[in-house]
Formats: sequence, C-alpha cells, structure tokens
Amino acid sequence: MRIEAIFLVGVAVFFAIVGALYWIWTAYAGGAELSGVLMLVGSFLLGLVPGSYYLWWSHRMRPRPEDRSDATIEEGSGVIGAFPSSSVWPFVMGMGLFLIALAAVFGYWLAAPGVALIVSAATGYTVESRRGGTV
Amino acid sequence: MTVLQERHEITAEHAEHAEHEGPHYVLRWLTSTDHKVIGLNYMFTSLIIFYIAGALALAIRLQLANPSSSFVSFQTFNELFTMHGSLMLYLFAGPFAFGGLANYIVPLQVGAPDMAFPRLNAFSYWLYLSGSITMMLGTITASGPAAFGWVSYAPLSNSVNSPGAGPDLWIMGIGLTGFSAIFTAVNLVTTIFYLRAPGMTMFRLPIFTWNMLVTAILILIAFPILTAAMVLLWADRHFGTWFYEVGRQAVAGHPAVEGGVPVLYQHLFWFFGHPEVYILALPYFGIATEIIPVFSRKPLFGYKGMVFATMAIAALSTGVWAHHMFTTGVVLLPFFSLLSLLIAVPTGIKFFNWIGTMWRGQIKFDTPMLFCIGFLLAFLMGGLTGVMLASPPIDFATHDTYFVVAHFHQVLFGTAVFAGFAGIYFWWPKMFGRRLDERLGKLHFWLMFVGFWVTFMPQYVLGLWGMPRRIASYPAHVGWTTLNVVSTIGAFVIGLSFVVLIVNVLVTATRTADAGDNPWDGFSLEWFASSPPAHHNFERLPPIRSERPVWDFHHPDARTVAHGNGRAPTAPRPVGAH
Repeated sequence: MRIEAIFLVGVAVFFAIVGALYWIWTAYAGGAELSGVLMLVGSFLLGLVPGSYYLWWSHRMRPRPEDRSDATIEEGSGVIGAFPSSSVWPFVMGMGLFLIALAAVFGYWLAAPGVALIVSAATGYTVESRRGGTV
Repeated sequence: MTVLQERHEITAEHAEHAEHEGPHYVLRWLTSTDHKVIGLNYMFTSLIIFYIAGALALAIRLQLANPSSSFVSFQTFNELFTMHGSLMLYLFAGPFAFGGLANYIVPLQVGAPDMAFPRLNAFSYWLYLSGSITMMLGTITASGPAAFGWVSYAPLSNSVNSPGAGPDLWIMGIGLTGFSAIFTAVNLVTTIFYLRAPGMTMFRLPIFTWNMLVTAILILIAFPILTAAMVLLWADRHFGTWFYEVGRQAVAGHPAVEGGVPVLYQHLFWFFGHPEVYILALPYFGIATEIIPVFSRKPLFGYKGMVFATMAIAALSTGVWAHHMFTTGVVLLPFFSLLSLLIAVPTGIKFFNWIGTMWRGQIKFDTPMLFCIGFLLAFLMGGLTGVMLASPPIDFATHDTYFVVAHFHQVLFGTAVFAGFAGIYFWWPKMFGRRLDERLGKLHFWLMFVGFWVTFMPQYVLGLWGMPRRIASYPAHVGWTTLNVVSTIGAFVIGLSFVVLIVNVLVTATRTADAGDNPWDGFSLEWFASSPPAHHNFERLPPIRSERPVWDFHHPDARTVAHGNGRAPTAPRPVGAH
C-alpha cells in the first residue's frame, strides 16, 4: 500500500509545483491565467484526496501479501471479492442513458423510457447484489 | 516443496460454477461481466470503427489527389475529416487499448480473477457503444454530422455556425464515451491496487500494466474537463449562455452582454487534449515494452527507468496543453515550450531502454516484433518533428499546415496502429488459441510499413511548402499535386494492408487451436493461463519472484535477475512436469 500511496501523493506534489509555477509565471508575465491555474489545482486535489487516505492507511496496516516480495500464493487464498458472472442490468442502464442522451437532441419525450430503464436497472443491481457471486 | 501453489478456494468454486459460466451467443454478449468478453467486445467494436474511419481517410485522400477536385462537396469534406478524426481518436485509439486490451490483459497480468467492478465494466462498454452510435447517428440526420473538426473549436461550434442535430449528437457522444473512459479508469486503478496476486509487488508489475495505471490516472485528470467543456458548449448552443462567445453591444430589443472568451474553450479542450495524446500513446508504449523483451529473449533493460519515464511523460503532458495554442498570442510561450521540450527526455529514456533490450539479444523477427520495430521508427520520426514543433518560432511557421498533420499522424499511427497491431498479433493466441498466419502477417506489416512512409513523408514537404490543413481544394499552379498523389497512393497501400489482415483472420479461423498456453515463451502471468483463459482466469499460479514469473517458472535453470526488489534471485528449484 505504501507504493500506491506515494504514487498518488506524487501526483499531488507534481501539480502543486507546476500549478504554483504556472500561477506565478503568468501573473508575472501580465495577468494570472486562471482557467489553467484552476485546472491544475483540481488535478492537485485529485492526487491529494485519495493519496492522503492511502498514506494514512499505509501507516496503520500490515503489508498485504501483494505488497511483500516474499509472499507465497497460498497467502492469497480465501474469498477475493464478489464477481457476478453475468448481469443484464449494465446493458439496461446503458440503454437508459443512451435514450436520455438522444432525448436531449431529438425531444425530451425520449427521456421517459430512459428514466424508466435506469430506475429498473438500479433496482435490478441492488436485488442482484444480494445473491452474491463470490470468488 | 510446492512449486505449483494452488488457490484452492478458486478451484473449488470454479468446479462448482463450471456450468454457471453464463449464457451463450447474443445473451452472452449482452449480459456477460467477464472482463475477457467485455475486452473482446471493446476490441471488436473499436476495430469496426477503425475500418470506418480508415475508409473516411481514403475518401479525404481521393479528394486531395487532384487540384480543384470535386469528388466530394466542401461541406462533405469538412464532415469527412471531422468524423475521421473523432472516430480515430475518441472511438478507436483510446477504447481499443484502454477498454479492449487493458480489460483483457491487465487482470491476467496481475493474477486477478476479473476486474474489480465487473458490472461497472460492462456498463462502461455499453456507454462506449451507445456513445459511438450517438456520434455516428449524425450521418443520417438531415443536416449531416458534425463538421467542425475533432477539436470542435468555439465559436465555430456554436449554434449559429454549426446548427443542426449532428453537432449535438457529437457532443452527446463525447459525453457518453467520456464517462465510459472514466469508469474504466476507476476500475483499472482499483484492480491494479487491490487485486494483485501475492508477491506481485508494484515494482514487479509488467510494464503494460504500469502504463495502463498511469494512463488511468491521466484519464481521471483529463476526461472530466472535456465533459465540463462539452457541458458549457451545450449551454452556449441551447441555453443562451456566453461562456465561449465575445459579448455584444446593446441592439434593438436586446441588452448588452459582457460575454466570455473563445480561448477559454481552447484552454479547457487542450487541458484534456494533450493528456489525451498520451492516453492514446502510453498504452501502446506498454504493448511495445511487453513484446520487445520477449522477442529479444532478454529481460527488459531498465525496468524502473521505464516506469519512471512513463510517469514523467504523463506528468509533463498535463503541463503542456497550450503548445497547441501558441498562435493565439495569449499563452505563456516559454513555460509551455520548456515543458514540451522536456518530454523528449523521458521519451528518449524509453527509446534507449527499448534499444538496450534488443542490444545483443537473440531477436526473433516474428510478426509482433516486426510491428514493434515499425512502431519505433514511426514514433521516432513523429517524436522528433514534435520536438521541432515545441519551439514557438517553428510552430508559428508551420501551425495549421500539413507539417502538423504529418507529425501527429506519424505519432498516432506509429503508436495506435503499429504497436496496436503488434499487440493483436502478440495476444491473439491467448484470446483465441491460434496464432495468426505468419506469412500473411508479414505481408500486412510490409504493406503497411511502406504505405505509411509513402503517405506521410510527402505531407511534411507539403506543409513546409505552405499547404494548410483542412482544405478541400487547391489550385493546380501551386505545385502540390504530385506529392498529394504520392500520399494518396500510400494511403491506399495502407488500406490494402488491412484487407490482408481480414484475410489473415479468416484463414486463421479455419485452423485448429493449437497455439498452446505460451506460444511465444512469454514472461508475464497471462501466459500461465490457458488459451483462451478459463472463467475467472487462473486455477493455479506460479510463485512470483521477479517481474517475469512465467519465464522463471519455465526456465528454472536460467540465471534470472529479479528486477524491482533489488535482490538476488531465489535459487533455481526443480520443477515437476515442465
């Protein structure tokens, strides 16, 4: 977890440096260019938020088997996670969003079936998750 | 001593679920959440789009083969190059590598049973497919598809200059596929961070997986900004906002409006657009980095250097967006020029390492390796002209000419097509259990290689002579005809090479699936799974003690160097069946 944390914090550090450089340099050259500064600050936060969470955790947990170079495959045995083998709901939800996108262009009436599909897909997802499919 | 350490839980579960692998045929395509099925869906869809976009390119070249040509109307020409660029960049190059190959290969390479969020993964594919259809639906509307170039600059893309449903569908298509990319990125990052096999530390990940991780972060940085730019553009077109419009004086019945700035669109777009170039390139660098060591029979030269070079390229690529906007006159030239030139350093490290890997290796010139060498040459040429363009004086002289067209086609064709098809030839046996035909593969390569140089080298010269990009016609007396004809001939040679690929796929499909699990004597974990891999991928895994676990397993006597953890390799162990 430590490498992952450093990786994400590294994103934040890079954007902090480049963002500050860009801000100061443009301000010096005749007026800070704020759209670029704002996007760089956003990217800084994108690294900072998950990075600091990972860093916080990496100090509070033992290295996982995948963090240790001497781990054996047996150490990874047990339940890995839930992996449903098939589900129709992603398709239904995708088609719902497709209809809503088309509704914005061709007429808002198309959004009605789209919303209906999304609601049914969301319901289907939830019900399906209770069945499991664990590996 | 157990050499083959089994994951008992998986095996037991797998036997239990053997008959529950899901439905078949159309239902399988509609409902599967298996990363391999979704990956193939992505690849199949994006290759269809690649062929469509290639056909559009041939139409463009036919129009330009004659001066004052009337093969298509000017409006149609604008639609052709817009859809060619949009399909190639948004719908082929990114999704093919990132949705297709990464989806298929990354879980295998890290030793995972599937992607972290299988249903989100399937949802991404359906968003990608519906977004692609949405974008292309414009061709059957009365006013035609979008015709404002793949960059859709404001104010050309506003409701006055680009009316009709086509541009709206284009914007919606970008929105849908953008979310698809974001979801896939989240999925990949989670898979790589949480589903690695024991012993698969970050610095033992195959470079392809590393590059996909870095690409995923770039996508998370870039695509939300593109979506935001599209939302503002939509608001300008339909809700009467003025984000990208200059203001107006008060006229009869209308009050004065302060307005926004058109350059804002360019800032937002290129903050997405330049990382996008590397979102398209980094996965293909990863493919080349997988293939070159396998066919040089050597471990990768400079593993960590490669990882850090990838990170450096990605990081720098987010700080160079305005080098596309040098000629607007309102950007900080030295800052963007400096960062753009700096990208040449990590890219040079990559080249050095690729060549260092091949140096004194026993190179096997199978088709995947040939495509990789084609990639190196093409990308070198495109990259060097990129360094030239990073210099503002040269950019001022060549901006919006065919020099730029030739530059980015060499970069993107070099990566997405040469390295992309290297990946297809390399992983085809893993996906289908058969190797593509070698002789037809080599014919494909040589036709494409020759066609590539014949197509794009004349465009550099045309650009230096002043031929602007995106023109549908030019007069005969300017003397551009001969080189344009040469370029068109080259384009058709490339087109022919892709007919050879289709023949190859059909010929190969009739053969027996006899490639075996590890036809190339590969290094990384995907070559340990069966071909094609079973549902949930692995029933057993080799011990992971270097970044080449499968090679170590099959060659216990070879002196292997464990890169990454900086330690000497574990002693060779006796192996049973192998």
